[in-house]
Amino acid sequence: MTSLTGPSATRRLILQGAASVALLGLGNLPFGAAPARAAANDKYPEEAFKQKSEADAIKALYGKTAEPSDKVKLDAPEIAENGGVVPISVTTTLDKVTSISFFVAENPNALAASYRIPDGTIPGVANRLKMAKTTNVVAIVEADGKLYSATKEVKVTVGGCGG
Amino acid sequence: MASSIRVRATANGDITEVQALIQHPMDTGFVKDAKGELIPAHFIQQLKFECNGKDVFVADWGTAVSKDPYVKFSFKGAKKGDDLKVSWTDNKGGSDTTTAKIS
Repeated sequence: MTSLTGPSATRRLILQGAASVALLGLGNLPFGAAPARAAANDKYPEEAFKQKSEADAIKALYGKTAEPSDKVKLDAPEIAENGGVVPISVTTTLDKVTSISFFVAENPNALAASYRIPDGTIPGVANRLKMAKTTNVVAIVEADGKLYSATKEVKVTVGGCGG
Repeated sequence: MASSIRVRATANGDITEVQALIQHPMDTGFVKDAKGELIPAHFIQQLKFECNGKDVFVADWGTAVSKDPYVKFSFKGAKKGDDLKVSWTDNKGGSDTTTAKIS
């Protein structure tokens, strides 16, 4: 794709014009249907991700509060040398789990990630999160309509000499 | 262009373990570049895994997920040779899709 001559470039423009006219002519039906279906089930929880505090984010995402539970196992390092990459995972022995979410209390926006767990998927997830400073990491498991949480403090080495 | 998604799915009996690594900057919108200008937020919002026509795992992500995100989970009901479809979309309308065979 080094040389484009004048005539062929013009032809491409004409073709593009024709294509967009064709798209308009097809009508709105196929495009209108897709977002409606997505909104019913797969909506990205934009509002919850904008909340600053952990409590507000939990409320925006679930509309209720969580109780601590020893059935939620949160695995995170005691000390993270690099706050940009903190490996964190959660497993639980609870039944009927529908979602698992991660909150980092003192990040600019507390909600870090939220995972939907359909039927047949094992309720456990491992990922890597960013942490602004030493603070609590909270994992919330939604099981059978109730919320259960586990909390762990992770120390973040600011300045990150890393040994 | 090579896919931004690297995924490994291994079936062990009824349980399939999935590990995925995606190349993405995951910019938070809080970091400044060398000239002192803010780098606008650019991050994956949704990551989806589908197997046999069914969603098996859906991740909604904010900016606090690390650069080049990694995720691991397991699910039941698939066998060796099944296709696992992985797709993501980001806040700027970017997206990528790949399909992996469960081994």
